[in-house]
Amino acid sequence: MATKAFQKIYTKITQITKATCSLKATGVGYDELASVDGKLAQVVKIIGDEVTLQVFSGTEGIRTNAEVVFMGKAPSLKVGDQLAGRFFNAYGEPIDGGPIPEGREVEIGGPSVNPVRRKQPSELIATGIAGIDLNNTLVTGQKIPFFADPDQPFNQVMAMVALRAKSDKIILGGMGMTNDDYLFFKNTFSNAGALDRIVSFINTTEDPSVERILIPDMALSAAEYFAVEKNEKVLVLLTDMTNYADALAIVSNRMDQIPSKDSMPGSLYSDLAKIYEKAVQFPAGGSITIIAVTTLSGGDITHAVPDNTGYITEGQLYLRRDSDVGKVIVDPFRSLSRLKQLVTGKKTREDHPQVMNAAVRLYADAANAKTKLENGFDLTDYDNRTLSFAKDYSSKLLAIDVNLDTTEMLDVAWGLFAKYFSPEEVNIKQGLVDKYWKIES
Amino acid sequence: MATKGIVKGIVSNLVTVEVDGPVSQNEICYISVGGVKLMSEVIKVIGKNAFVQVFESTRGMRVGDEAEFQGHMLEVTLGPGMLSRNYDGLQNDLDKMEGVFLKRGDYTFALDNDKKWDFKPLAKAGDTVSAGDWLGEVDENFQPHKIMVPFTFEGTYTVKSVAAAGQYTIHDTMAVLTDENGTDVNVTMIQKWPVKKAITCYKEKPRPFKLLETGVRTIDTVNPIVEGGTGFIPGPFGTGKTVLQHAISKQAEADIVIIAACGERANEVVEVFTEFPELVDPHTGRKLMERTIIIANTSNMPVAAREASVYTAMTIAEYYRSMGLKVLLMADSTSRWAQALREMSNRLEELPGPDAFPMDLSAIVANFYARAGFVHLKNGATGSVTFIGTVSPAGGNLKEPVTENTKKVARCFYALEQERADRKRYPAVNPIESYSKYIEYPEFQEYIAKHISPEWIEKVNEIKTRMLRGKEISEQINILGDDGVPVEYHVTFWKSELIDFVILQQDAFDAIDAVTPLQRQEFMLDRVVNVCRSEFKFDSFLEVMDYFKKMINIFKQMNYSEYESDQFKKFNTELDELLKERIEN
Repeated sequence: MATKAFQKIYTKITQITKATCSLKATGVGYDELASVDGKLAQVVKIIGDEVTLQVFSGTEGIRTNAEVVFMGKAPSLKVGDQLAGRFFNAYGEPIDGGPIPEGREVEIGGPSVNPVRRKQPSELIATGIAGIDLNNTLVTGQKIPFFADPDQPFNQVMAMVALRAKSDKIILGGMGMTNDDYLFFKNTFSNAGALDRIVSFINTTEDPSVERILIPDMALSAAEYFAVEKNEKVLVLLTDMTNYADALAIVSNRMDQIPSKDSMPGSLYSDLAKIYEKAVQFPAGGSITIIAVTTLSGGDITHAVPDNTGYITEGQLYLRRDSDVGKVIVDPFRSLSRLKQLVTGKKTREDHPQVMNAAVRLYADAANAKTKLENGFDLTDYDNRTLSFAKDYSSKLLAIDVNLDTTEMLDVAWGLFAKYFSPEEVNIKQGLVDKYWKIES
Repeated sequence: MATKGIVKGIVSNLVTVEVDGPVSQNEICYISVGGVKLMSEVIKVIGKNAFVQVFESTRGMRVGDEAEFQGHMLEVTLGPGMLSRNYDGLQNDLDKMEGVFLKRGDYTFALDNDKKWDFKPLAKAGDTVSAGDWLGEVDENFQPHKIMVPFTFEGTYTVKSVAAAGQYTIHDTMAVLTDENGTDVNVTMIQKWPVKKAITCYKEKPRPFKLLETGVRTIDTVNPIVEGGTGFIPGPFGTGKTVLQHAISKQAEADIVIIAACGERANEVVEVFTEFPELVDPHTGRKLMERTIIIANTSNMPVAAREASVYTAMTIAEYYRSMGLKVLLMADSTSRWAQALREMSNRLEELPGPDAFPMDLSAIVANFYARAGFVHLKNGATGSVTFIGTVSPAGGNLKEPVTENTKKVARCFYALEQERADRKRYPAVNPIESYSKYIEYPEFQEYIAKHISPEWIEKVNEIKTRMLRGKEISEQINILGDDGVPVEYHVTFWKSELIDFVILQQDAFDAIDAVTPLQRQEFMLDRVVNVCRSEFKFDSFLEVMDYFKKMINIFKQMNYSEYESDQFKKFNTELDELLKERIEN
């Protein structure tokens, strides 16, 4: 950190905790950046002339006579076209050995979009995965996380979605990512020849955990540049937001704040909302879509992180291994895309909403039949048919290795309906049955 | 002289200001940060230090920044021109703000300074009036917007003059009143009122009793809400709270609908902005936006303003109620409001109550719900504020402080259930847990007997009992197996499924099924109850299922058809034929 001439240097730290240090200083602005012996820190509390700094990389080795310089600005990123194709750390410094990009400096965590200046999202994002496109259709400007256990292939699915979705830029924000996963993303994107439209901000497990707090704001500041100034369709991938929340909890704990549910800070909802609400469709055509990952512990979605996330995001996607067909599927029961009705049946074929609901309802009947079977009861003919349907539905539509366009998916579904059921059992509006019901010859 | 202060401490949006004069609790002050004035509210005073919550980001604020106190609490400006507007939580007009992004310290006037309104006098010189009395009216989007004696006026006044019928702006003097000491005061079309105080310019607040039609069957038929009633909708995420709320705000038979988007998703507000100007009010045929006011303080907007937003919305609702109008106020979600209280309470280092919420949460919630109600105004007219809030219980667990405290005060409870949502049985309102206390009010029963039918309440109670019985039987079947119970059990179970599929479930995305007028609800309830009361003959449980599935399918096709259309009648006849096959005579 280069210090400017005539900047006041403080050298008397009065208090040090694991994540923060305090000193006496005047004329300091709230949220301002400082450097403590070259380590980056941010003002989080001012009481009279006592200023508390949160040191991002941790306070290990900080001396009470460390040199503290205030920089007179909040954390910022230089935005410009040169960001494309580059890898950065949490401070926006290159980690790929390339030059420091030129650009306009913007403060990260900037203001919110005026709600009346937003446009209603209406553009479908096709991924080819029927578990998403058919049942949980994604729309530009949406924010949606994968709720997944740590052992599930969420990063692979996310990379696949990112590459298939027709976006102009992909911004990857990695928080507490293992080095292996970081290399996976890097290789996948470069093998697909997509590196030039990707910008990455990476904090790996090797980096200090508090630095993670900066990653989403960095990624979204870059996204806002491309979406607002270049009117581009930007897809932001944030993995893993649970690590981000854990870092917040560490800081709030060090600052003696009263924890609320699951030791998380009371402001967790607002903190997460500030990030996810950056997803937006601008009237000029640019958009920011956020696909995130929230890892669960033992599938528990009542934990504060997934719970608050669920209330903020526009749906959630669950992966599950279906042992009947031996494939990973997008779980049709718990998964939900709240914006799907903006496009289903409008940008896709008219029968989409009803076909989707009918298939899930029949799949639910199959789940009931399975319970009956497990409890040792006799199955009816209908039960047996739902079970066979469920297997086909799972392997031909729900599995993540499916790659079809939406109309094909609907045709496959009608085919399965006709194969196993009568129209009354499927319970769809008569007009649609007349038009699309496939009599098997 | 106005009190001034100097910033002494900053923790997030809680700022300590040392003051040089008197301040009052909840007083508004502006703190200058780099030339921009940020609105703040006093929330605690210790000695010379006032603790203020800033309604904006405090980034860059320094010790030594100056604060100016305003001598009043957080107020809204009330007058014609609020309908169709989009406000933030502090009643700033969002459409008047420039740029795509919200700018800190950008405060815009809530009304239109220049628009001319068509005024008609209602009072005349010599009349004795007091706060809330009507002096005249203007036409605001086809609603008679009353110009009233300001609510802050104490005692009685004599009308000295009232402006003649004609065109005036909101700032023109519409009447001159003489107070008890002989002093003249001018009254314009606008007045101000502090949002945290209830407007009580009415004669009495009786128990509400008139059904408020929403077109949602699981509400109107099963657990009705009334004009001036209170209700709440708790539910885990993904159970359809917002869809249900939007359905109610689109279809309810109210004169004015106020939507307070409190700490929720911005895209949901955008949906309202986008759709309401196009959608038609099913009761008047005019555009929905004409009767709607949106208070948008979405989750990424400042937390302190989120708390203010529900009060802003309620105050505007009470203002329109004083004009003798039926107002429906929807707040999504009251949990976010409670969380905003929690964040501040935490920063103030108050001793926390359950789940770290402030100790007085229950009192705050109770006071707020108590502001709704059906009132008799002093001139004999009636008005109402119906309030429906959503609650977002942490982890979907209804045993959490916000849900529990709300349950104590709200009279209707619409419990959204994860299991129903997973099975795509929308709206996912649990028919057994949910309730409406109004259905037990004799005044309400009398009203229903007169306006719908004397047997209505009995039938409603019957389907509720049948739902409960159906659930019990389904549990027994799960334990004993399909053939472990008598065939009649299956019949009873499938009758409850019939009620579920035909009455409770409703497709909010189908143009016809989304809105069911009361008359149609009455017809369908009759039809379904008659089937439920019939005896059927079956040899095995398999026949029961097949038969009822066929029947449900016909009923659903009816729900999707235009009421009394040929198609509807065709399905109705099909149903008669199907029933003849099995009904024992």
